Order: sequence, then structure tokens, then C-alpha cells
Amino acid sequence: MSYRTRKIINRIMLTISVITFLIGSFFLFWILGDVFLKGIRYINFSLFVELPKPPGVLGGGVANAIVGTLILTIVASLIGVPIGMMIAIAITEYHLGKLAWWSKFLTEVLTSFPTLIIGVFVYTIIVIPMKTFSALAGSIALSIIMLPVIAKSTEESLKMVPISVREAAYALGVPKWKTILRVVIPSASSGIVTGIMIAVARVMGETAPLLFTSFNNVYWSFSLTKPIGSLTVTIFNYATSPYDDWRNKAFASALVLAAIILILNIIARIYASKKGKH
Amino acid sequence: MSKNIGDKIFKGLAIFASLLLILLVISLFLSLVIYSIPSIKKFGFKFLIDKIWDPVADKYGALPAIYGTLVTSFLALLIAFPISIGIAIFISELAPIFLKRLFSFIIELLGAIPSLIYGMWGLFVLAPLVQLKIGPFIQKILGFLPFFQGYPMGVGYLTAGIILSIMIIPTISSLSREILMAVPIDQREAGYALGMTKWEVISKVVLGNARSGIFAAGILGLGRALGEAVAVTMVIGNFHDISISLFSPGVTITSVIINQFAEATGELKLSALMELALILFLTTFLIMGFARYYILKRIVKE
Repeated sequence: MSYRTRKIINRIMLTISVITFLIGSFFLFWILGDVFLKGIRYINFSLFVELPKPPGVLGGGVANAIVGTLILTIVASLIGVPIGMMIAIAITEYHLGKLAWWSKFLTEVLTSFPTLIIGVFVYTIIVIPMKTFSALAGSIALSIIMLPVIAKSTEESLKMVPISVREAAYALGVPKWKTILRVVIPSASSGIVTGIMIAVARVMGETAPLLFTSFNNVYWSFSLTKPIGSLTVTIFNYATSPYDDWRNKAFASALVLAAIILILNIIARIYASKKGKH
Repeated sequence: MSKNIGDKIFKGLAIFASLLLILLVISLFLSLVIYSIPSIKKFGFKFLIDKIWDPVADKYGALPAIYGTLVTSFLALLIAFPISIGIAIFISELAPIFLKRLFSFIIELLGAIPSLIYGMWGLFVLAPLVQLKIGPFIQKILGFLPFFQGYPMGVGYLTAGIILSIMIIPTISSLSREILMAVPIDQREAGYALGMTKWEVISKVVLGNARSGIFAAGILGLGRALGEAVAVTMVIGNFHDISISLFSPGVTITSVIINQFAEATGELKLSALMELALILFLTTFLIMGFARYYILKRIVKE
């Protein structure tokens, strides 16, 4: 091949690489732009404060679903964050051999595991024995989805803390558990907090596992043992309905959801790059 | 003394959390198996090759769902894999250093969008586009192929495959990017020293070095596509049949579960759905396990 042809091939292939990136970012802006343009027109005050109205009746909002999503996410975090962090501590701070290998491996596998199956699983162990869909079942499903994300980000942040920090604490006579809680975790806090924000953003957007666990509720509900409405399930039902009014509300709610999730991701990223050492 | 107790309790909690994770995966598997038993007993191996899904006659077969899942996922991989590698090459080899983080963040955001919003975009934007523009266009050029027969309905395998491909781009590209960036600089320099062009260095040295890692990234993307639920359900068309034409509507394992699970009243129907979930569990677990194990081993080796 002559030098000239090699140069031309070089130019073509590098251009294709640039184009693939443009394609990727194009879809990001297209999808978000579409939700924004279709949703912004129907965002109004009643969306945030009123209950859903039956089909055919105009007006109403998704206030109960917004509160439902908040309840589900908070309860899921209360379960998922501590357990996920303890898994990471077990992997990095204690020498557990085979157990550490297995929990690391399962964390990796669960990270991109179909969340639908987790919903089906929680249905069998919580919904069937309780004989009812419940906010508790939804929260547990979401907490299982959070686990690997929290465990992985915590593990990575704990690994960044130098051994000398731990040794300094030991030299002062601080017991290992206090060293981990008071010295190691605070030094790794920026990475851990980033991981929590990303995990929260991820479960807030989950639909499939909630369909069989927390199900749906068009009224106010604050009980963990009753079905509860959520933004995602409401959007799913509205978007696939034949009513224009519901579809419009689906887009307005989707815009709210997308905004929360994007802001959480952006804050997490800024937080990580400001506090992290690079 | 008190120090010792605190340490024991804390270590105990850490071990407990790890055991809980392992127990979780085991009980997940077992509960799916237990609930699948009635369906396995009734239909046996025929479940995998039967096309019928008839709740009235209480007869269930998984073939259309398995077929739909495989077709849409491989179609997604076919589209997403080259694009993702291109993106990984762009970010790791071409983008200026101070923009690398921003560019990878943009692609990662694509992965942060909830699957529900992909589904809405697919249903209201992509499906009409496939029906009116993309479908007829493909038919004009490749209409003689069996994959592009019939009238494009908008919803169907093709639309689902396209949606899935966008959704798995971030998975494949961010992993490939990390693998490309791990290739040592001196190997690239050695290539340049031999008078290679930039593309020759990328294709022969960098990609050659990262081949197995990129392969694993593709497998991982495939695994994600197989298990994707809501977005696919919204655009697959929910039609219980098998068609070689990508324009046809169909079903996937996840779409059948989503549409029928909550209203599954009969024991046998619930069991058939559980068996579908079990099939998906085993497939994705093996695929993810293989890819992760492969990547973990490589990282350890380095």
C-alpha cells in the first residue's frame, strides 16, 4: 500500500470514529429534547399537588406518585446503603478469601442483572406470603438493585484510602472497627456519596420491578404494607393508555423524573471530580 | 476487652452482609426453580420449542418469546458494537485530554436515562419513523431479503432492536474505553516509531491488544439487552408468533412477563411465566458471569 492510500484510510477511519461519537451524543440530546419539548407544555402546579383523575376527566396530577417514589427510594436506601457498604468493607478491609471472591463476583454480575427478575423474585418471597402488593416489597426490590452499585463504588473508594492512614489510627490504639468507621470511611466519603447518588438516581427510574411489587395506587398512601403509586409505574400506565390527556401527563411526569435523575447524576459527577484526587 | 467485642461484632456484620448477598442469589435461583416446577412437569422440554401461548386452553410455549429476545438482542449488538468501539476509540485515542471526561460523561448519561423514557421515545418517535421512513427506505434497498418482508407496522423486532442498541452503547463503549486506555503508551509509541499512521496504530496495536477485553464488553452489552424490559415491552408489539421479517411485531421473554404477570391468576400460567424468568436468569447469569470473570481475570493478570 502506498503512503498516500494509508493516509487516506487513516483519515476515513478517524472520521468514522468521530461520527460514531456524534451519533451517540445525538441520541442523548434527541431523546432528552423530545421529553423536554413534549413535557414542558403540560407541567403545571396541579401536577405536583393533585391526585390522578379518572380517564376522561381533565386535570388532576401525580402528587401521590411523586411522594410514592420518594418513600420507595428512601426505604430502599435505608436497607440497601448500609448492607452494600458492609459488603464492600468485608471485601476490602477483612481478608476473607473465598467469601470475598464470591461476593465481589456476585456484585459484578448483579450490577447489570435484569431488574425484572429481581421484581419477580421479591413477588415470590414478599408479595405471595403477604397476599398483597406493598410499598415494602417495592422498596426491597429497589434495595436489591442498589446493593451492587453501592458495594462496587464503596469498594473502589475504600481501596483508594492509603494503608498508612489505617496504620496511623492503629498506632494510636484505635480498634479496627472504629478505624474503619471514623477514619477510613470519612476519607473515602466523596466516592461513597457519589455512588449513593448514582444508585438513588438509578432506582428512581426503575419501572419493571415495581410492577409486581409495589404495584400502583391512585390514592394517597403512606403505609408500607399497602400498594403504593410511583412516578415510573404511573408514567408507564399513562404512556401506554389511549387517552391524549394521560399521554400528555406521562410526558410532563417523565420530564420531572428525567430532570431529577440527570441533576443527581451531574451533581454526583461534579462532587466526585471536585473532592476526588486525580 | 471491649475493643475486642466491637471488632468481633463489626467483622460479624461485614461477613453477614456478604453471606446475605450470596444467600440472595441462591434463593433467587431456588424460588424461580420452585415456582417453575408445575410448568416444567406439565410441558417438559416442549416448553422451549412450542409456539402456542393460550391462557384459555392453559397451554404455554416459550419459543416466540425466546426467539424475540434473541433476535432483538443480537440485532442490538450488531448495531451497537461497531458504534461503541468507534466511541471508545474516539474518547481514548482522539479526543483532547481536557475534553475526555466531558465526552465520556455525555455517553454515560445515555446509560442513566431510565428505560421507561427510552420506551416512550421509541413508541412516540421511533416507531412512527420506522413505519413511515426507515422501514420503506430499507425495503427499497434490501426488500428482496426475507428479513424485510411485509408492511412495516412501526412496532416490532426492528424498532425494539434499535432502541436496545442505543441503550447498550454506554455499557459497551465505557468498558471498551477503559480497556483501550489501559494499553500502555509505549506500545503505541513503538507503532509510531515503525512509521505507522494513527489508524494503523489503533487497529493493529491498540485494538489487537484489547481484543479479548472488547469481546467481553460486547458480551456484557448483549447480556444487558437480553434482560431489558420496559422499553422493549413498549415497542415490540406484543404479538405471540415467530416471523423472520424484522418488521413484524413479536414478543420477548421480558415483555410477556410484564404484560401477563400481574394478571396471572392460574397456577400453571404463573408457573409458565416463572419458567420464562428462570430461562432469562440462567442465560444472563451465565453470560454476565462469563464476561465478568473474564474481565476480572484480565485485571488481576495486569
